[in-house]
Amino acid sequence: MVEVRIYVTYKQSVFDPQGETITDAIHALGHDEVQTVKVGKFFDVTIDASKKDVDQAVKEISEQLLVNFNLETYRYQVMEEA
Amino acid sequence: MKFAVIVFPGSNCDIDLYEALKTVCHADVEYVSHKKTSLAGFDAVMVPGGFSYGDYLRCGAIARFANIMPALIEFAKAGKPVFGTCNGFQILTEAGLLPGALKQNDSLKFVCKTVALEVNNQTLFTSEYKDGEIIQLPIAHADGSYYADEDTLAKLEANNQVVFRYHDENPNGSLNNIAGIVNEQGNVLGMMPHPERAVEALLGNEDGLRLFKSILKHGQQTEAVVNG
Repeated sequence: MVEVRIYVTYKQSVFDPQGETITDAIHALGHDEVQTVKVGKFFDVTIDASKKDVDQAVKEISEQLLVNFNLETYRYQVMEEA
Repeated sequence: MKFAVIVFPGSNCDIDLYEALKTVCHADVEYVSHKKTSLAGFDAVMVPGGFSYGDYLRCGAIARFANIMPALIEFAKAGKPVFGTCNGFQILTEAGLLPGALKQNDSLKFVCKTVALEVNNQTLFTSEYKDGEIIQLPIAHADGSYYADEDTLAKLEANNQVVFRYHDENPNGSLNNIAGIVNEQGNVLGMMPHPERAVEALLGNEDGLRLFKSILKHGQQTEAVVNG
């Protein structure tokens, strides 16, 4: 089994209202050093690598379901292979 | 003309749509469960607002996998009228029947109020309005900020596909003040405001009524052509 974490975030060109609001709150805490915050979500997906190529599986489920390409983009990392 | 109101798990404006058509417009209308696979016998399909599938993943994203969706897509491709309000608009974009997407309101808040809208009457859904008319309709959403990339927006504007635009204020940060659009063929309309909640003077507002009257008029014209 392979555990993959897929991160989905807004594209750079899309305004992230949550990120903006959280950035303002961090500044209110006195952390002027913080430039930007981007909010996203992640999916931990366990894949049986004997059934399908992991990269191909991640690509298909991300592009067909997890990501809305009008707004979002994604990246992923393999967390654990067992 | 026979209307279908699709009911998904979590739809909550299906009764409003049904009653707007049945009680107020005296139209022929039936609920159609998301489990069904056919829309045979219907002349127009209404996709209601609400929180289909709990808004899981993204608003409208899971509804795309409902049994009824292939029939709905086929219905739309055949050029028949398809109308989606609020969550219905989100479903139509997620299903690829309308371009762009609806994202979280810039304010991060659920906005529930009456807003002013400018109407483009060059569609089968709005022919009973005056062009450029300003009407008032209720909105109630947290994810209604219309977004599309620059090319898509330019195409929407060039083809006159923006049907409703927020007039005085933009309640959610939507690009170009977009509140509702049609597809390129003009037979699929998606909008965030709720015309079905504004169909009787007794309830304080009937600015939404002419949308349903417009669809009915289109239906009569289509029947007249078919029947020669």
